[in-house]
Amino acid sequence: MDKFTSHTGRALPLRRSNVDTDQIIPAVYLKRVTRTGFEDGLFAAWRNDPDFVANKPEYQGVSILVAGPDFGTGSSREHAVWALMDYGFKVVLSSRFADIFRGNSGKAGLLSVPVEQDVIEQLWAAIEADPATELTVDLEARTVTCGDLVAPFQIDDYTRYRLLNGLDDIGITLGNEADIAAYEARRPSWKPVTQGA
Amino acid sequence: MGKTLAEKVWDEHVVRSTEGEPDLLFIDLHLIHEGTSPQAFDGLRLAGRKVRRPDLTLATEDHNVPTLDWDKPIADPVSKTQVDTLRKNAAEFGVRLHPLGDIEQGIVHVVGPQLGLTQPGMTIVCGDSHTSTHGAFGSIAFGIGTSEVEHVLATQTLPQAKPKTMAVTVNGSLPEGVTAKDLVLTLIAHTGTGGGQGYIVEYRGQAIRELSMEGRMTVCNMSIEWGAKAGMIAPDETTFAYIEGKPEAPKGADWDAAVEHWRTLVTDDDATFDKEIVLDASTMTPFVTWGTNPGQGVALGANVPSPEDFSDPSDKLACENALDYMGLEAGQPMRSVKVDTVFVGSCTNGRIEDLRLAAEIIKGHKVAEGTRLLVVPGSVRVRLQAMEEGLDQVFIEAGAEWRGAGCSMCLGMNPDTLQPQERSASTSNRNFEGRQGKGGRTHLVSVPVAAATAVRGTLSSPADLVPAGV
Repeated sequence: MDKFTSHTGRALPLRRSNVDTDQIIPAVYLKRVTRTGFEDGLFAAWRNDPDFVANKPEYQGVSILVAGPDFGTGSSREHAVWALMDYGFKVVLSSRFADIFRGNSGKAGLLSVPVEQDVIEQLWAAIEADPATELTVDLEARTVTCGDLVAPFQIDDYTRYRLLNGLDDIGITLGNEADIAAYEARRPSWKPVTQGA
Repeated sequence: MGKTLAEKVWDEHVVRSTEGEPDLLFIDLHLIHEGTSPQAFDGLRLAGRKVRRPDLTLATEDHNVPTLDWDKPIADPVSKTQVDTLRKNAAEFGVRLHPLGDIEQGIVHVVGPQLGLTQPGMTIVCGDSHTSTHGAFGSIAFGIGTSEVEHVLATQTLPQAKPKTMAVTVNGSLPEGVTAKDLVLTLIAHTGTGGGQGYIVEYRGQAIRELSMEGRMTVCNMSIEWGAKAGMIAPDETTFAYIEGKPEAPKGADWDAAVEHWRTLVTDDDATFDKEIVLDASTMTPFVTWGTNPGQGVALGANVPSPEDFSDPSDKLACENALDYMGLEAGQPMRSVKVDTVFVGSCTNGRIEDLRLAAEIIKGHKVAEGTRLLVVPGSVRVRLQAMEEGLDQVFIEAGAEWRGAGCSMCLGMNPDTLQPQERSASTSNRNFEGRQGKGGRTHLVSVPVAAATAVRGTLSSPADLVPAGV
């Protein structure tokens, strides 16, 4: 996983709440067996509409998504994160994220940043007034900056540490092999197994 | 101070706990399907890692599989690739797989409980958000993403920050004809899709205790639809009776030891929850969705809401968008909504009790002209049980399509999809835009409402039916 310290880029204002993972990537696009190549599925239904905000020329090449509340609800599909990243997004901002989506984004290296809805509204207004507006998301300082606006955000220390250092979760856990083996040794014998009982 | 059910189960699974880090939890059962696992196995292969505990891992094919011609090669080449990839991975890594055509094949959340692998006090994960279903047995069960699937395959553990706890107490009894599905849809309309976010929820109270295991699974299944990390119900005699005798249930002295432990899995009287919601079941009625998220629901007897009914600007906009997408007029009675397709199935309502209930209502009636009824059992076992009871004949005589087992039209990854603007009454769990097919319009309903709607062709409850043969 790549390290994430700070990112500056142009942003897409997505004025929608409850953007569920079926909207981010419909199920028919999930059938690949690789981790990349999902960009075509991103917002697939909406992108058929020429008026959809992401289709506008001024929003090509954006790398930050500014979305309404309850982003990433629904299905656990990590493809939603991959599709956003394959499209070019490095950061998603929303006032509220679904738990599984937020977990998945942290694993894959997409930064999901929770900020208050009034910050989202200010960002939407600024971006729509001038689509060339650049936002800076600083993970080290835990701030989102846009012109004079500096908004702090919360992220748990552990996820931040992993993202800042680009650390692989599995490697960290396997470092605790002795703890896992000790736990396995004390599990009750009547716990079910799927084979070899 | 006492502990909640969730805290007890959580604490029993902590492998390692360090200040400032998430707890490392041991995972008792890891369920796998073809949709979210290919990249996880690929990750293992790239890192030269093995599946640590194949004996705690079970795979089945459900998301992509056809419900017709399941004995022939899968026609869609991309679906076939996913299924073939799972078969190859299961063989390479030594994972037990129930493939299409196997008697234990079916939706992963139907298969676990019917095999007796889902038991109280476990930690159960799967790369599928409806893993919350298994919480009905008093387990902590939740959906995970593909990176986490890989993590569990490699380590049989998962780092998890401890969620807050919430109690949803449902007092009183559900009136006749009102089901677990109506209960949970009512709850979600009350909380909104984000109301459970960050919480493990324990459902309790008289109405919950009175539910069958199937009904409890329906409630826990939809925990994710209001954002909860997991939903749980404390195990009781209903739970033990359901598990006893299942193929993988403990036997003999193991059974006694297990039940003795399971009886301790209740919230202590002096335990406290971070949040509580109290509902009254006795006032509940058949409940359906009008919009494009599971929180946009009303009583079947009510009218389609208007954007003016909402004070929050984002709710108002969401209502406008939903009415436009759904092709509905504000103020129109829900009962006037004409439905093209009725889907009975899914991990929410595709178990034997659901099929029995649907058959009981539909018996002697015909599916309405211009409406199709698709009945998709949750598993091959459910299908065979239904056939043994003659339920398939009831459906076929009514003019329904009786299909093979799988996720099917719940998410339309296989050929069972809605056409643009086609409207469904669906016993599944999500009414998102395009969920059941691009442009498709979904109303989430209970099994009785689905069956009555199939007969009348408009959203209906069994009370609207003229008795068969009259």
